Amino acid sequence: MANNSAEKLRKKNYAASQMPFIWMLAPFMLFFVVFTIAPILISIVFSFTDFNLITINNFVGVDNYVRMFLSDKIFMIALKNTLILAVVIGPIGFMLSFVLAWLINEVPKKLRALMTFFIYSPSLAANVYVIWQYIFSADSYGIINSLLLELGMITSPIAWHTDAKYSMTVVIVVSVWMSFSSGFLSFRAGFQSLDRAYFEAAAIDGLRNRWQELYYVTFPQMGPQLMYGAVMSISSAFATGAVSQTLTGFPSSGYSTHTWLLHVNDFALTRYEMGYASALAVVLFIVMVLSWLLIQKVLRRFMG
Amino acid sequence: MAKPRQVVLSRSKGGTALIFIFLLLVSVFMMMPLYYSLIQALKPIDEIFIYPPRLYVTNPTFDNFVQVFTLTGTLSVPVTRYLFNSIFVTVVGTVAYLFIAAMSGYTLAKGKFRGVGTLYTVIVLALLFRPEVTAIPVYYIVSKMGLIDTYWALILTPLSGTSGVFLIRQFVLSAVPDATLEAARIDGASEFKIFRTIVIPSIKPAIMTVLVFTFQSLWNSAGTKQYIFSEDLKELPTALSTIAAGGLARAGAAAAVSVIMMIPPIAVFLWTQSSVMETMSHSGLK
Repeated sequence: MANNSAEKLRKKNYAASQMPFIWMLAPFMLFFVVFTIAPILISIVFSFTDFNLITINNFVGVDNYVRMFLSDKIFMIALKNTLILAVVIGPIGFMLSFVLAWLINEVPKKLRALMTFFIYSPSLAANVYVIWQYIFSADSYGIINSLLLELGMITSPIAWHTDAKYSMTVVIVVSVWMSFSSGFLSFRAGFQSLDRAYFEAAAIDGLRNRWQELYYVTFPQMGPQLMYGAVMSISSAFATGAVSQTLTGFPSSGYSTHTWLLHVNDFALTRYEMGYASALAVVLFIVMVLSWLLIQKVLRRFMG
Repeated sequence: MAKPRQVVLSRSKGGTALIFIFLLLVSVFMMMPLYYSLIQALKPIDEIFIYPPRLYVTNPTFDNFVQVFTLTGTLSVPVTRYLFNSIFVTVVGTVAYLFIAAMSGYTLAKGKFRGVGTLYTVIVLALLFRPEVTAIPVYYIVSKMGLIDTYWALILTPLSGTSGVFLIRQFVLSAVPDATLEAARIDGASEFKIFRTIVIPSIKPAIMTVLVFTFQSLWNSAGTKQYIFSEDLKELPTALSTIAAGGLARAGAAAAVSVIMMIPPIAVFLWTQSSVMETMSHSGLK
């Protein structure tokens, strides 16, 4: 009996001690559930219906998913473009962020903060990407066109935004420019807090060059930062669309820079086919989570 | 006595110089649109039309900035309206998110109730989804709540972001020892008092960092443009896109707006850079 009431008292104390925490968490949870969890669940439900904001919705099974892969030719273009951009922004952006963060660490201390700021500045001034419109301007007043004309490499200005041959290049250049985000800052911070003792020990143990040092000493210490950077890279790699929409128009000529996300928006906002748009979004979510699981596995192996 | 430096591998002076030159070239590429905006914004109209285009300005003027505030032809509401909307949404949204993220980040680090661990996993997974990616279903919810075309849509939806919560949790774990909290509890302090008087002061760098990131995403209205249809509720980025679509004749004005747009986030970042670096060193995922 006594034991039992002591148990009860402990439980009561435990509950009382945790209540303030629950209250402090509540406001965030409210918004998180309403604007993050619920939207994802709703997408999953809608994806099995022909919901279109006008008629009553019917359950259509996996029809939307079949349509996506078997009869939507434009989705195939969007898929291809998204994968190209995802590789550029994801793995390439990730590695460039790491390499630049590493190189910055090799210059004198006073210059490091300045260099970090220069490379991070496009993320701060994100909307300034609109200015690339002028740099790649289709007339001879564009910086790129005028430069190429002066050098005699072209004879007439190139329509960078609208010519299907070049529009993807424009989107790629601008996307690389924007890919040094909080992952890059995390790498910079990681390099700043590396433990010198490991380097000294490794040098005594016979490290031969800087590459070995990077591989055996730096990488393992940077593991957690690399994981964070990977999440950030995946999140931006598949969120492409705004840049192409602003710089090359919507829809871009011949869908040359059409992306997965723009395809979702097209069906949801202009055709009101919410069921199909949701199926497109759900597959995108799945692809993102799978890439995260895969990359997590690869990085874990690296970190040992 | 300082440790002998020789044990650490070193590089020749030439190697360092090479790295420096490479980083300088990268910096030039990164800063080009920002530099280009600045010189275009300062060019008088005749210099904008000089061919070939110049990457410097001979007679700098503030005409373009003046023009932005008097532009009426291209925009249906004055630029000051967009500016006000941007400032209002950014300030209110940032302050609200700082409160919410600090409280929940602390809870995720120190709360002991069942489900904390799972919740942390879910929050890390949610880092994957930028607002652009969930825009459509969120749009549906926002419209069901009757918030389309209101400031609420711009302020409330970003409050569900998890990156600030995550950064604060990581920082609390390393900066607030359990022993300190226990001592305060034994002295009879309430959890809220502990949060206010012990936790907040020791996680200042993390709060500054979340401030920078939140400020920058709200100021750039990342992922929220689609909720607004009324011109007088739209923010600066919309004005910038509209003006830039006006072509060469509006090049000076567009550049001036982009300069106005980039100054606040850059100023906030430079002011807090050392806090940001300190916080990001705890950003690792294990």
